[in-house]
Amino acid sequence: MTPFGTFAEIFIQALVAGILIGAIYGLMCAGLGIIFGVMRVINFAQGEFLMLGMYFTFYLVIGYDLLWFLGPAVGPYVGALIAGPVLFVFGYFLHRFVISRVTGTSVAGTESEGHYPQLILTLGIALVLQNGGLILFGSTPESVRTPLSSRAWELPLLYNANAALFLNKARVVAALVSIVVAGALYLLINRSRLGKTLRAAADNAAAATYMGIDVDRAYRIAFGIGIGITAIAGGLVATYNPFQPYIGLDFVIIMYAGVVLGGMGSILGAFWGGMTIGLVQQLSTLVLPTQLQNAAIFVVFLLIVMVRPQGLFGRATERI
Amino acid sequence: MRSRRNLYISLIMISAIAAVWIGLSLVVTNSYYQLMLTLVPIWAVLGLSWNLLSGYTGLVSFGHAAFFGLGAYTVTIALVQYDITPWLGIPLGMVVGTVAGVVIGYPTFRLRGHYFALSMLAYPMALLYVFVWLGYQEVALPMKRAAPGYYMQFSDYRVYIALAVALLVVSLLISLAIERSRFGLSLLAIKQNEPAAEAAGIDTLAWKMRAIMLSGALAAAAGGLYAVVQLVVTPDSVFGMLTSAQALIVALFGGVGTLWGPLIGSAILIPLSETLQANLGDKIPGIQGVVYGIAIILVILLAPDGIFWRVRDFLRRPRAAGLGPVNPIAPPLAASAPEPAPPQRQAILTVSNLSKSFGGLRAVADASFTVGDGEILGIIGPNGAGKTTLFNLLNGFLPPDGGNVSFTGHELIGLKPNRICRLGIGRTFQVVRAFARLSVLDNVVVGAYARTARDAEAVAAATAALAQVGLVGRAGALAGSLTNKELRLMELARALAGQPRLLLMDEPLAGLASHEIEDMLEVIRALAAQGTTVVIIEHTMRAMVRLAERFIVLDHGAILATGHPGDIVKNESVIEAYLGKKWAAIRAHG
Repeated sequence: MTPFGTFAEIFIQALVAGILIGAIYGLMCAGLGIIFGVMRVINFAQGEFLMLGMYFTFYLVIGYDLLWFLGPAVGPYVGALIAGPVLFVFGYFLHRFVISRVTGTSVAGTESEGHYPQLILTLGIALVLQNGGLILFGSTPESVRTPLSSRAWELPLLYNANAALFLNKARVVAALVSIVVAGALYLLINRSRLGKTLRAAADNAAAATYMGIDVDRAYRIAFGIGIGITAIAGGLVATYNPFQPYIGLDFVIIMYAGVVLGGMGSILGAFWGGMTIGLVQQLSTLVLPTQLQNAAIFVVFLLIVMVRPQGLFGRATERI
Repeated sequence: MRSRRNLYISLIMISAIAAVWIGLSLVVTNSYYQLMLTLVPIWAVLGLSWNLLSGYTGLVSFGHAAFFGLGAYTVTIALVQYDITPWLGIPLGMVVGTVAGVVIGYPTFRLRGHYFALSMLAYPMALLYVFVWLGYQEVALPMKRAAPGYYMQFSDYRVYIALAVALLVVSLLISLAIERSRFGLSLLAIKQNEPAAEAAGIDTLAWKMRAIMLSGALAAAAGGLYAVVQLVVTPDSVFGMLTSAQALIVALFGGVGTLWGPLIGSAILIPLSETLQANLGDKIPGIQGVVYGIAIILVILLAPDGIFWRVRDFLRRPRAAGLGPVNPIAPPLAASAPEPAPPQRQAILTVSNLSKSFGGLRAVADASFTVGDGEILGIIGPNGAGKTTLFNLLNGFLPPDGGNVSFTGHELIGLKPNRICRLGIGRTFQVVRAFARLSVLDNVVVGAYARTARDAEAVAAATAALAQVGLVGRAGALAGSLTNKELRLMELARALAGQPRLLLMDEPLAGLASHEIEDMLEVIRALAAQGTTVVIIEHTMRAMVRLAERFIVLDHGAILATGHPGDIVKNESVIEAYLGKKWAAIRAHG
């Protein structure tokens, strides 16, 4: 095989891996994006909700084996989808009783618009969830292995009969489920009455209040949806990635990088931002040592933010 | 804020804290508590460093671990690879921290709000992976038995405690000096309203750069000492997100924007988490994180601005009931001059072919005019005519697409607002941009910095400016508590404190009652009588006709007419622009 052919094969392999991983990053970013876009709250505990989604799926599917009737191939994905509504409820009430005390209409007009208390409150929640997770789940890494995890589809490459593209089945299915969920979220936000309410509350909370929209309720729902979506992404990641209670830290930064890249406030943008992160991460392995994979994400992130602070896909929202 | 008594109290407090700490170190013999006595000051210094940048300027940094880690690794690598003692390594780390402040600050200060905060997060994370890649996963500081003192290795742990306390005292003194100088006041002004600070002559970028450089140096010093005390450095322990979070948590928990906050936060939280870890850590791993987290959540729900401010508000509540009587506005200095014949004036400001478009909208189109020295020029026009955009071009908030502006021989295009202010163009805003949590006097002092490098002179100039607008009686009040008229006068005083030759006033009469308008007109006339040139945007025609010598009418960004107010109000195209064609036709025939 020619050197070019070898490079092309590695490149295509990395590109496809980036798209598959990017689809899931995109979903978790969309979850964070809806919280950030609607409420303008920096939620540091988002990674911990991803972790809760992983453990929920794990206990549902492996620990208690409640979805045995679906079989080992389908069960984990259904489990991940169930994690969504369950964590929605959790997020809804967490916002109702804790987060709402430092956000929304209760702090409008205070000096920092509540930013400082929001940051430290969500950091506190993150600490409680991480360490509470350690107490409840233990520190041994778990995984939701499916029969698909160790199998791959082998696609022949057109230009060369000797080369082939290997697609891990678990990752392909997880990416597909992720795209479907992101599509459903997009329709919910852009086509439904609830979505219109959320967008109104996001655009101008005061004006929305005058139009009779219960802005605090819209915030609660947005927070719940954001948590639920990220939890689904967590369940999907769990099917091919081992995890422990501290795994949230690894992902929260990827999520924020994706949301900022996509342009804060745009949910579709957040998805593409996450996709970009996935691609950068995988393609950087072509030129950089593996340890610098994540450093590459941050460098690209900084470059894009410096050049286009409104993100790749968003409008400028925070100006003078 | 500037009183000598407060200074003495603060100095006594700092000495007392140092004395108590040293006293404790003499009593405590348990090595575990000795470690804690060392860590509390170290984390407090990191918190102070965070507070210096983020607490005072309001630009939240999630990335202080970058400076802390660079300090720790500088000390470690200097010792391991080059045999350089930490006595030199820590100052070297501070240099690295300062340089990192420049490298990080310069590009990142272009961002604001959440973008700034999240970008800061990326620096320590990128550094973390780079240091792993470089092979510094876990570096131990070698024992130097030959010359332990020279390598900052002491068998008596109390020396470490003394070192940590010394660093803390230095950091507290630096913070105190900043709080009491124009450095601190400029940073607070930036936090409350950055554009207003810039327009008042504060070089906001320069102050922010100084803040991040100093902050980086202090954080690096804390990191360096941390490495010396812990003897092992890993990328996760010094660049990790928890380190950045620690800086933010101790400061926010204790109280933002005061030097005592990080100290309070660190003195409560570090022993709490360490004790929990020691007593319960092996039985229930993670319990200290849970309790720590719950403690943070509870305190923030009960005292959102941090413990210091909560306690202070609680102690001050009985006295805060009455702020003292509201002084009526003093009579303006000069009576209104009788209608003078418009003299021939020399041009002080020359605008030629100035243009600005937003997308397809031409907000200012090819505007050319001059402003005469000492005149009162009114700029009128319907809503959306481009009046405020014109001001934003003149004072440097917006770059024009084309054209020239020259002011007393200086070319203004391309200069930053603070430079333009320092050349002698003051400005007020359509919606008053006050520094709401500063006193009226401090608001005006910020404006006076443009004129003098001496802080005492600035205070004197500010007091004089307040007298000029008749607001001396309210000098001590918080700006946030003023009425609309008082706010407008305060903003005017802030602009005057820089002694501008030309004053741009954007709708100074908006929202005022008719008798308040009369007072404001008197103040403006008095200013003009003293030789200040005034350009006013205003909608209130009746007032403007009496005030201005000359009108410029803007419509759709272009200059429609220029001339004496009496002629302008009869000009048909002006009436058409304001009231529509139909009305103009009725007038013409009627």
